[in-house]
This record gives sequence, structure tokens and C-alpha cells, in this order.
Amino acid sequence: MTSETLVEISDLNFAYDDKRAILKGVNMTMKRGQLIAIMGGSGSGKTTLLKLIGGAAKPSSGYIKVSGQIIHALGHNALYAMRRKMGKLFQFGGLFTDLSVFDNVAFQMREHTDLPESMIRDLVLMKLHAVGLRGAHHLMPAELSGGMARRVALARSIALDPMLMLFDEPFTGLDPISLSVIGSLIRRLTDDLGMTSIIVTHDVQETLSIVDYVYLISNGVIAAHGSPDEMKSSEKPFVHQFIHGEVDGPVPFHYPAQAYRQDLGLEDIFV
Amino acid sequence: MSKHIISAIQGVGHRTLEGIRRLGRATLYFLLVLWKSGTSLKRFGLVVRELYYFGVLSLIIIVVSGLFVGMVLGLQGYETLQKYGSETAVGTMVALSLVRELGPVVAALLFASSAGSAMTVEIGLMKATEQLAAMDMMAVDPVARVVAPRFWAGVISMPLLAAIFSVMGVFGGYLVAVVFIGVDDGSFWSQMQSNVDFRVDILNGFIKSCFFGIAVSAIAVFEGHDSLPTAEGVSVATTRTVVTSSLVILGLDFILTAFMFRGL
Ligand SMILES: Nc1ncnc2c1ncn2[C@@H]1O[C@H](COP(=O)(O)OP(=O)(O)O)[C@@H](O)[C@H]1O
Ligand SMILES: [Mg+2]
Repeated sequence: MTSETLVEISDLNFAYDDKRAILKGVNMTMKRGQLIAIMGGSGSGKTTLLKLIGGAAKPSSGYIKVSGQIIHALGHNALYAMRRKMGKLFQFGGLFTDLSVFDNVAFQMREHTDLPESMIRDLVLMKLHAVGLRGAHHLMPAELSGGMARRVALARSIALDPMLMLFDEPFTGLDPISLSVIGSLIRRLTDDLGMTSIIVTHDVQETLSIVDYVYLISNGVIAAHGSPDEMKSSEKPFVHQFIHGEVDGPVPFHYPAQAYRQDLGLEDIFV
Repeated sequence: MSKHIISAIQGVGHRTLEGIRRLGRATLYFLLVLWKSGTSLKRFGLVVRELYYFGVLSLIIIVVSGLFVGMVLGLQGYETLQKYGSETAVGTMVALSLVRELGPVVAALLFASSAGSAMTVEIGLMKATEQLAAMDMMAVDPVARVVAPRFWAGVISMPLLAAIFSVMGVFGGYLVAVVFIGVDDGSFWSQMQSNVDFRVDILNGFIKSCFFGIAVSAIAVFEGHDSLPTAEGVSVATTRTVVTSSLVILGLDFILTAFMFRGL
């Protein structure tokens, strides 16, 4: 494994509108061949960060470099050239519902290469075999279970052997078995294909058992980062609360509100 | 009181601005679709696939409606013309009404509510289920690959469907006037032949339906791609497609008719 940097995020700021900043001063460095987790509660800006890495949104300030190129400075064609080297697993899979499993996986090969159909067939079956679904190649997406659909989407996103894979919540909505199947698949494919993978997730246990490095974000800033072991033994209150899933801590259980008594209209009586 | 008036005026202003902004977005989107139509030309198979889909979807309703509209025209026309002893002109009347007006307009209205709304739903659902975003991340432009072929399929099928509507209508008129009522067969057809002009009537009707095809398809793909990515968003967009297209068809028809037949 080389220790060359593949993704560099520097002082990244982002907002959808003028009202609220989503990401504030984020810095990250990701090395080739690593499997990195970005964890944080819902709404903390994880999906947004993946959008920025994939070039689907532009930062307000700061930059993201992937293999030395600043993503938001790329023109349409250069960005598309970069995306051919990236894969993304969407939160809901995003399988083309009018195409069979086979055609979904073959989609990029047909769009971007001039490979003969016989070779595409071999490649598609190989990718499907890697996720254990070679026998399901003739099915339509509607006939798949949630876990199978996720695996087909995974096979499709690695169709052209990307150097960088982005996973948005690969574990949500899966039963425990499918969940660890997907987890170990991500680890194995990252190693076998020599990819760099970024997983965005809030599933703590599965993630800590497979990744090399963790960034914890909270309210758009990086609250902590380190190896899984460092995270588990961290004394920082927020990290402790998040990793061990405690109800109350630095992240309050209650959404900010006026005094409870006031909401119940009891103020006048008790003053 | 004055507060209410002010807020009412503000509301109107707000909605007007919002409407103008939407129109601007739609226009830019339309230009974008045209700009990215190269793929549709190079891989015409993509268009043919959609042509088949939307054509088949609308064909039955177009054929049946055309037949019935023609039959009604035949009945009404005969009733009126017979009073002046010129019932053989019924063929001319049926054909002119259809070719100039009813063919393009009614076919376009039917097309908007069947194929147009289907187009919106399809694109809206592809957006809501992240299929378009996934395609974009795979370095395949969704506007070029998904939207433009559907747009062109709509543009191409509209004049064809309008023509089928008119042909079925003339046949319906023939059934009622000649077969049932007994108007003279030969004069029915010969009057029609000598009074329907290719350039003035048929060509103008064809041009109208081309405009309608562009308008309906552009509205349908815009509404689909602009919809909020939720079930409710898609349903709102579908309603919008049908309502907006219908109004645009009727408005355009008036303007085009004024230019074509009155030479304004
Ligand atoms: N398209 C959008 N427009 C405006 N706000 C958005 C949009 N997408 C997400 N947000 C807001 O940005 C914040 C972060 O969202 P997201 O990145 O999806 O969080 P996560 O994936 O960590 O759950 C949320 O508060 C969300 O409401
Ligand atoms: Mg998310």
C-alpha cells in the first residue's frame, strides 16, 4: 500500500442558502487504498460532503482535491472524465428500474467503452459474481430484496474499476446478516481492487470493525478523528456518547425549546 | 384593513415574480435540452424506443376519440347543411374542421394527458429514486441520455397522432353521413377533395401540431425534472403538466390560427 494522498479537503465551507452553513472549515486527508468512515448523526452534512467530493455541488470556500485536481474547478468534460474513475453507491441504490440487473451493471461499460458484447457479458458476470449475485443477472430491480438491490448497485458502481468509491449510508434499512455481508464486501473489494473507499454512515459497530480511519462530524465541523481503536477508547465526551450510543450527553436529547412550563401554559400559575 | 390589502398585494407580487422565475428556468431548461440533443441524433435508437412507448400509449385513445369526434361532426354538419340543401358539403365541413382545428388541438390535449403526464411521472420518479443522480455520477449526462430522447419522441409523435386523429375523424364522418344517413358517396368525397387545400389547410394543421408537440413535450420534461423528489412532488408536477400544456395548447392555437388563416 502506498501512502500517497488521494483526497485532500482543505478548509471546506458549504451552505445551501445564506441562512445556515452546513459544513464549516472541514479538513481531511485520505490516502490511497484506505477505507475511511465519515460518521455523524442525521443532518450533520455527510451526504452533502459526498456530493461535494463527487462534484455535484460547489463549496462556498476552500477546496477538495482528488488525485491532485481541484474538483470544483473542473469543466463539464474534465469532471466527467474524473467521475469515470469514481464510483458512488447511493443511499437508495438508484438502480435503473427499467433495466435488468445485467443491463444495470453493463450500463457504464456500454456507455463508455467499445467493448464487444461478449466481453461485456464476461465482465458483468464477474462483477456480479464478486457480490454473490451472478445467478440473479436476469432479474429486474423490482424483484430484488433491499440487501440484493444494494449489492447490485455496488456491482454497478465498481463496473469500471474506480480508484475512489463513495458509499452513502450503505447499511441503512438492512437486516443484520445483509448488513455484515455488505460490510465485508466493501472491505474486500477495497483491498482486492486497490480502491480508496469513503463510507458515510451512522452505523457505529459495523463501521468500526471494517475501516482504517474515522472522521466524526457534528454540526458541520469535525469533532474528532482517528483510528477505530483510538475512537473506541476516546475520553472526549462527544465521541464517547456517539460511539456508545448514549441518549444524553453533549448532544442533548431535547431540541432547543422554550421552558416546558411555559409551553404547558403553567407559567402564570406558578410564578 | 390596509394591512390586509398590502399583504394581498404583496402576495400577488410574490406569485408573479415566482411565475416569471419559473418561466425563466423553463426556458433555460428548454435550451439545455436542445443543446444536448446530439446524443439523440447519434443514437436514434433511444428516440425510437420512446417513440414506440409514447406512441402506443396514446394510439388507442387517439383512434377512438378521432372516430367519435368525426361521427358527431357528421351528424351536426348534416343537420345544419340539410336546411340549406347542401348536405353533400358535409364531407368538406368535417374534413376542414378536423384538419385545421380539431385534429391538432384535440390530439394535443389527449397527448398531454396521456403521454405528457407519463413523461413527467417517469422523469420525476427517476429523479426521486436517485436514478438521474446516479447516472450523472457515472459520467452519463441525464439530460442527453434520458430527457432529450423523450422530448424528441414527443415532438415526432405529435403530428403523426394528429394526422391519425384527422383520418379517423373523416372516416367517422363518412360512416355517419354516407353509410347511415345516405348522403351521396361520390359528392361527399369529390367536394372534400376540391375544397381542402394542401397548403392552406393540411400544411397549416401540420405546422400547428408540430408547435403543440414541442410545447407539450418541453413542459412535460421540464416539470418532471423540476419536480420535488418526493411522491407528492411528482404528483403535483403531473397535474401541472396537464394543466399548463392544455392552456398553452389553446393559447397557441388562437395565435397560430390568427396568423395562418387571417394573415394577421
Ligand atoms: N438540497 C438541499 N437544499 C437545502 N438544504 C439541504 C439540501 N440537502 C440537505 N440539506 C440540509 O443540509 C443538512 C445536511 O444534510 P445531509 O448532508 O443530507 O445530512 P446527512 O447526510 O448527514 O444526514 C440538513 O440539515 C438538510 O436539511
Ligand atoms: Mg445522508
